[in-house]
Amino acid sequence: MSAALDADALLEQLATGLGQWLAACRRPDPVMVGIHTGGAWIAERLHPRLGFREPLGRLDINFYRDDFTRIGLHPQVRPTRLPFEIDGRHIVLVDDILHTGRTVRAALNELFDYGRPASVALAVLIDRGGRELPIAAAVAGTTLALPPEHHVKLTGPEPLALAYVERGGGREGERP
Amino acid sequence: MSAALQVDAAGRLRHFLDVEGLKRQQLVEIMDTAESFAGVADRSVKKVPLLRGMTVVNLFFEPSTRTRTTFELAAKRLSADVLNLNVSTSATTKGESLLDTLRNLEAMHADMFVVRHAASGAAHFVARHAAPHVGVINAGDGCHAHPTQAMLDMFTIRRVKGEFTPLTVAIVGDILHSRVARSQIHALNTLGVRSVRVIAPKTLLPPRVEQLGVEVHHDIAAGVRDADVIITLRLQRERMDGRLLPSKHEYFQRYGLTEAALASARADAIVMHPGPINRGVELDSGTADGPRSVILQQVTHGIAIRMAVISMVMASHTGAAAS
Amino acid sequence: MSRWRITGGRVIDPAAGVDRITDLYLADGLVVALDTAPDGFEAERELDVTGQVVCPGLVDLSACLREPGHEHKASIASEAAAAAASGVTTLCCPPDTDPVIDTPAVADLITHRAAGVGLVRVHPLGALTQGLGGERLSEMAALKAAGCAGVTNLLHPIRDTQLLRHALAYAATFDLTVFLHPDEPWLRASGCVHEGEVSARLGLTGIPAVAETIGVARDLALVAHTGVRAHFCRLSTAAAVRLVAAARAEGLPVTADVSAHQLHLTEIDVSDYDSLCHVLPPLRTQRDRDALRAAVADGTVDAICSDHQPHEAEAKLAPLAETEPGISALETLLPLALRLVDDGLLDLPTALARLTCGPAAVLGGTAGTLHPGRAADICIFAPDRPWQVDPARLRSRGRNTPFAGWEFAPRVTHTLLGGELVFRLDAPA
Repeated sequence: MSAALDADALLEQLATGLGQWLAACRRPDPVMVGIHTGGAWIAERLHPRLGFREPLGRLDINFYRDDFTRIGLHPQVRPTRLPFEIDGRHIVLVDDILHTGRTVRAALNELFDYGRPASVALAVLIDRGGRELPIAAAVAGTTLALPPEHHVKLTGPEPLALAYVERGGGREGERP
Repeated sequence: MSAALQVDAAGRLRHFLDVEGLKRQQLVEIMDTAESFAGVADRSVKKVPLLRGMTVVNLFFEPSTRTRTTFELAAKRLSADVLNLNVSTSATTKGESLLDTLRNLEAMHADMFVVRHAASGAAHFVARHAAPHVGVINAGDGCHAHPTQAMLDMFTIRRVKGEFTPLTVAIVGDILHSRVARSQIHALNTLGVRSVRVIAPKTLLPPRVEQLGVEVHHDIAAGVRDADVIITLRLQRERMDGRLLPSKHEYFQRYGLTEAALASARADAIVMHPGPINRGVELDSGTADGPRSVILQQVTHGIAIRMAVISMVMASHTGAAAS
Repeated sequence: MSRWRITGGRVIDPAAGVDRITDLYLADGLVVALDTAPDGFEAERELDVTGQVVCPGLVDLSACLREPGHEHKASIASEAAAAAASGVTTLCCPPDTDPVIDTPAVADLITHRAAGVGLVRVHPLGALTQGLGGERLSEMAALKAAGCAGVTNLLHPIRDTQLLRHALAYAATFDLTVFLHPDEPWLRASGCVHEGEVSARLGLTGIPAVAETIGVARDLALVAHTGVRAHFCRLSTAAAVRLVAAARAEGLPVTADVSAHQLHLTEIDVSDYDSLCHVLPPLRTQRDRDALRAAVADGTVDAICSDHQPHEAEAKLAPLAETEPGISALETLLPLALRLVDDGLLDLPTALARLTCGPAAVLGGTAGTLHPGRAADICIFAPDRPWQVDPARLRSRGRNTPFAGWEFAPRVTHTLLGGELVFRLDAPA
């Protein structure tokens, strides 16, 4: 299992796949936005390799989560920074692990509070299945089918590493 | 005293009534949370959906446009529904008791009360008698406390000066009647500033004021010497009527912030005022509008701090927390 | 009016210097003998109070009955029952009823109603000025004839010193005792707590100790000037105690009391805005409390009273400054006074003197003693019968006590009024 979870190797695969997708997608002048924290780490490595004109954007979905009423508020100072207009842009949204899809849902809501994008495509390091919402990645470093009690976690920013965790249910406060 | 009422067993803020009794880490958490809300105002959609479906009631028994509108803005930017109740004091003496008003509002499924009242201890009273799921924020009670004002002042100081520990802070004005000053003094001491000074004539100082943890000065030049932060408080008109002070003229002469009065302060000292300012009484226009003044920043920070406090208090009453 | 034999109790009568385990004999509503039965005495009722204390019924110099005018707070019937359960057989009710006790009609109403209830002797205090307004003298001669034990203006200010002087002189004309509440109204203003460290921290308007000092000084000077018999009520500061002691040392025959709660609570007890501790005069500093305790011990203070002020719940359910001051205090009078004995400040007979012959002397009547020939007003208490103060179980209609949860050992078991058993602890409901 650990060989399959080599973060750097998966990052390479994702970069290659995303580069191909961008070349074919006919979405001019796209911008990249990474979702804090893991998605931002991935995006920071992807962004310089793929020829984006605009600087990297970062999104903190803390205030858009759907589980505030269950788990409360975590005060973290990682504000959303989007150094470009959202209106009419093609966006590549980057996250580390795609699981239930709720994080991406929150990120989409937040992006749309900034403006009306022309399109949003999702790129993830690992798509591990277990979707609870109709959300799909355009590009993934790899696709795994994990049972519900099994989780993958990205640590970083240096070095980036993936840990495989077996636990009953998601830990409270963990992003799904 | 109020710590047991404000903070739950897990250390979360159940109510925000008073800076006194909170630990340094809790004050830092409030400022950090405000920092993360500070960017919301710069977006085109100045809202986050955090408190959608919740109802915040502004229960203002003392008239106030500024504080009420900033609380209203803060709640709306969190997507909460806001109900404004301005109860004039004459209505309350003849009409509903505070307790009855509370019960009626709870019956309408209010989730939070923001309370401003002329009686010291009113916010504590509301918090003691509110239903368990309801959070209470003190928007100013009598002469006792104005914790959100103090926190936005601390937030401003942190943004401009960075560290608290090396700072000498002077507070000028009517300390006796000032809930802002009391909360600021508690906050500054909890955050560990080097010293807190109060500068006022004896008639405007509370008995045993040193016990609050301050150095007392009656002369402004001595009081602001080498100070990093000078806060001046609003002087209410009724204090200038001759019983506590002879005239606003003499007050301005002896305690007004002017370039001359501030000559002994540090060159990089900042000047603060909770507002609204009385030009020519607490300070002159040169100081109010000058390079040292951070008064306008204080106003902007008020919304972020109140967003932080509202969401932190709401969070402690939610789902898994409210068991 | 039965013939009673009360056996085996520790009979303490401070007025007569009695303190021994012995028997007491009552007949026709009077005490007839101590130690041995009179010749031919046949008891109709026997009471074995082995292990308990038998003392004169307590005399309380201030207990509000709230009638007429404030019946939403309490009634003569309810508070008389509370008094009987507290071992109090004589009490004075203050004139701040509605209407004020400034006419014989109101005094009569109260005394008659109390007599009808028959659980405690009530001596109303008349108003010193009409309506307590501090501007016109009241008809003090008529009030005395109607049974008022004295006159007072309570804490209602008499700002015109000339008027106060005339009022004292007028009272002296009819040999009335004036009950003075020392105060300086301008300094008291809208204060609700002691002006000091706690009020500064809580942002509450305080009443400086100097308000009481100035009041005492002014009143003492006028008392000396007019020759009126004066009693100082509810002293709360060390400074006032010193002034009273000095005046007595110089031969001025003034008396003084303190309220039981001032001997135990201080300004610290208000620290969380507890409106149950909102009282006038306010709870002061620890130094003041210690001075009051010492004054009770050495006799500078002659009496401990309850200052009983029952309130309806709403009166205390608001931010502190907006609540009404006062404690429902009858039922904690005896235990709080006896706490001083536990604390080693004074012995039991002296403590009981402050509750019986001390206040009785201020009233000038015949109460407060078990001397044969006097009315059989008797308080019997078990010194070690632990109980906890539960506001819901107070007999008074007022539940406003800051002593909720306090544990006390002494408990009144029987109270007799004029030889009638008006209270029994273990009686069936």
